[in-house]
Amino acid sequence: MKIGVLMKQVPDTETKIRIKDDASGIVVDGIKWVMNPYDEYAVEEALRIKEKKAGSTVTIISMGPKRSVETIRTGLAMGADSGILIDDPALEGADCYATAKALAKVMEPENFDLILCGKQAIDDDSAQVPQMVAEFLGMPQAMVIDKLVVSDDGKKATCYRRIEGGAKEVLEVDLPAIVAAEKGLNEPRYASLPGIMKAKSKPFKEINLGALGLKAEEVGAKGAKLKVKKYFLPAEKAPGKIIPGEPEDAARALVKMLREEAKVV
Amino acid sequence: MVFEPSAELKQFLETIRKFVEKECYPVEMEIEEKGEVPEHIIKGLCQLGLFGVTTPTEYGGLGLSIIDYCLILIELSRTNAAVRSQITTNNGVGSKGILFDGTEEQKKKYLPSLASGEKMASFALTEPGAGSDASAISTTAVKKGSNWAINGTKYFITNAPRASIFTVLALTDKEKRARGGITAFIVEKGTPGLVIGKIFKAMGNVGSKPAEVIFEDCQVPEENIIGGPKMVGQGFRTAMKSLNEARITLSASMIGFAERALKLARDYAKIRVQFGKPIAENQAIQWMLADSATEIYASRCMLFDAAARVDAGQKVDAMCSMTKVFASEMLCRVTDRSLQIHGGTGYIKESPIEHLYRDARMFRIVEGTSEIQRMIIARDVLKD
Ligand SMILES: Cc1cc2nc3c(=O)[nH]c(=O)nc-3n(C[C@H](O)[C@H](O)[C@H](O)COP(=O)(O)OP(=O)(O)OC[C@H]3O[C@@H](n4cnc5c(N)ncnc54)[C@H](O)[C@@H]3O)c2cc1C
Ligand SMILES: Cc1cc2nc3c(=O)[nH]c(=O)nc-3n(C[C@H](O)[C@H](O)[C@H](O)COP(=O)(O)OP(=O)(O)OC[C@H]3O[C@@H](n4cnc5c(N)ncnc54)[C@H](O)[C@@H]3O)c2cc1C
Repeated sequence: MKIGVLMKQVPDTETKIRIKDDASGIVVDGIKWVMNPYDEYAVEEALRIKEKKAGSTVTIISMGPKRSVETIRTGLAMGADSGILIDDPALEGADCYATAKALAKVMEPENFDLILCGKQAIDDDSAQVPQMVAEFLGMPQAMVIDKLVVSDDGKKATCYRRIEGGAKEVLEVDLPAIVAAEKGLNEPRYASLPGIMKAKSKPFKEINLGALGLKAEEVGAKGAKLKVKKYFLPAEKAPGKIIPGEPEDAARALVKMLREEAKVV
Repeated sequence: MVFEPSAELKQFLETIRKFVEKECYPVEMEIEEKGEVPEHIIKGLCQLGLFGVTTPTEYGGLGLSIIDYCLILIELSRTNAAVRSQITTNNGVGSKGILFDGTEEQKKKYLPSLASGEKMASFALTEPGAGSDASAISTTAVKKGSNWAINGTKYFITNAPRASIFTVLALTDKEKRARGGITAFIVEKGTPGLVIGKIFKAMGNVGSKPAEVIFEDCQVPEENIIGGPKMVGQGFRTAMKSLNEARITLSASMIGFAERALKLARDYAKIRVQFGKPIAENQAIQWMLADSATEIYASRCMLFDAAARVDAGQKVDAMCSMTKVFASEMLCRVTDRSLQIHGGTGYIKESPIEHLYRDARMFRIVEGTSEIQRMIIARDVLKD
């Protein structure tokens, strides 16, 4: 099977986010960049399918600035075979639509049998790119999947997802299809040192918009249907209040405050 | 002196840090309570290739230098000491004898399964009557036909209950002792007469399972003498070479522990408010943090200097001892200050500094006590 994995580089989950003075974005200096955690599940799942189906290959595709190369290399070190980075200054400011368009374009000629990705990227939390890519490529989609079974002939995939009330929904899709991973799909492996060494010499290509046959007007800020006006941090939570006194008096005081100050009861 | 690891090693160190934070931190209390390192942690260490870091690639290891291994140990030692103990016998005293002085057949037979972590190695030198004075061992090996029969009791042997391969030092000539009378044998688990005795409940390093290893007419073939029959009587030198290198790598771990302890203290001091302000704003606390940071830095400088010399093949026994004695005593001071900064919280089991403080105490004793290190250093100072 030919498997493609969509991967995004995001700030480490522990990052303390700071907003630029002009509110146009976040300050990126000093941020530690990592693979989007949901994409780790996608890479791992691709590798497990590859290990079961002889002759399979796994290609990692990412759109982002130059530094994304390091994260693609992490995927290669885990065991993926090749990587593609779409990097072009014109892509700055791309929204989900423009991103999906560029990703779909780069994947079209690859003829993947299966495309895996994370259910959402933990930076923007949009959870829209996988669906849009599926639309652009005219493929079936299965989102938020925590169990995936590919049929022996590689023609179908059975996908499981949790729905409300603790029940499971089971989807069957014809391949090629795009499947977005949820936590619980697997336990991603760690890249071993030999894996990291081998990653250096694995095929990797970088493409810009020209090579993709896309114009700046179609993707990037100019092609975006969504404009971000400003970024701001949520208001800091006011410190909690401790009401002193005997429990009975304190409870009375609490109810009074809820009624008169917070106006919630 | 700036030591920069390769880009690949840096990426690997990041991976180990992630492994420690994601996999080890959540089970720290479990390790303390059950006295055992969970199976999935050991599997993870295998998958990362950490059981054969300095083992040459031709024997299935990663083939890294001692300095590289030190960097790895610093990362891996930011959690319970028993986690690093899982890999250190295979990487160190449990395999180095075979690597340094073993025959080609022995290397081919044993090193790959030790490097992969499939098998675990232990190093059995210490006995009830022979600790610092290792030459005083009373375990004997006597030739019986083409076999050697081993009799005696070893104790405090790390990882023994899990081990498949033991490096055992036994007396083959009571007169000569350290000067040609001690031989190193490879004894495999399951050999009749090899019995694991009492598992000791130690103050720290909980989960590393130091145990008694008893030999009752345990017969091993001649080809199990490390280096073959020509090496009869040469085992003490083999053991000392392995221990010397271990002093450096052990010191690397101490730096990892100390850095964790300092970080815990710093984070706590910044959020703990007493007298209306974070305790970190008091000079008394700041000086403790400053002293700890300074001593950690000094240890790092000593470590990388000594490790680079070992990698370059220089004979620097005294420097290895200086690094070990300084780093182990530094670690005890740093964990003590860190616990102090935690106040009563630090004295409670839920606090990681509580087990770090206990783990730290071991390093002034094992692989040569502080006093023995000073003896080695003084001998070097006085020699001219
Ligand atoms: C957790 C743990 C794990 C261990 N793992 C292993 C292992 O895997 N394999 C192994 O073989 N051993 C192992 N050991 C044993 C360890 O190496 C010994 O404990 C150590 O060498 C000290 O020996 P001892 O305990 O007999 O102390 P002793 O030698 O009895 O020392 C007692 C005290 O006397 C001091 N002393 C001794 N001689 C002198 C001198 N000449 N001058 C001044 N002071 C002196 C010592 O410094 C110490 O303070 C382990 C020990 C522990 C605690
Ligand atoms: C086993 C145990 C039993 C106990 N039993 C009792 C009991 O029976 N009854 C009871 O009431 N309490 C008891 N305690 C609580 C004990 O008295 C407190 O732990 C102790 O007073 C320290 O307070 P703390 O833990 O809040 O540390 P903190 O006050 O938070 O101190 C943290 C660190 O900051 C330092 N620090 C704080 N302020 C300053 C400053 N201004 N300048 C410089 N340094 C500063 C401290 O010295 C310490 O190093 C017990 C504690 C323990 C561990």
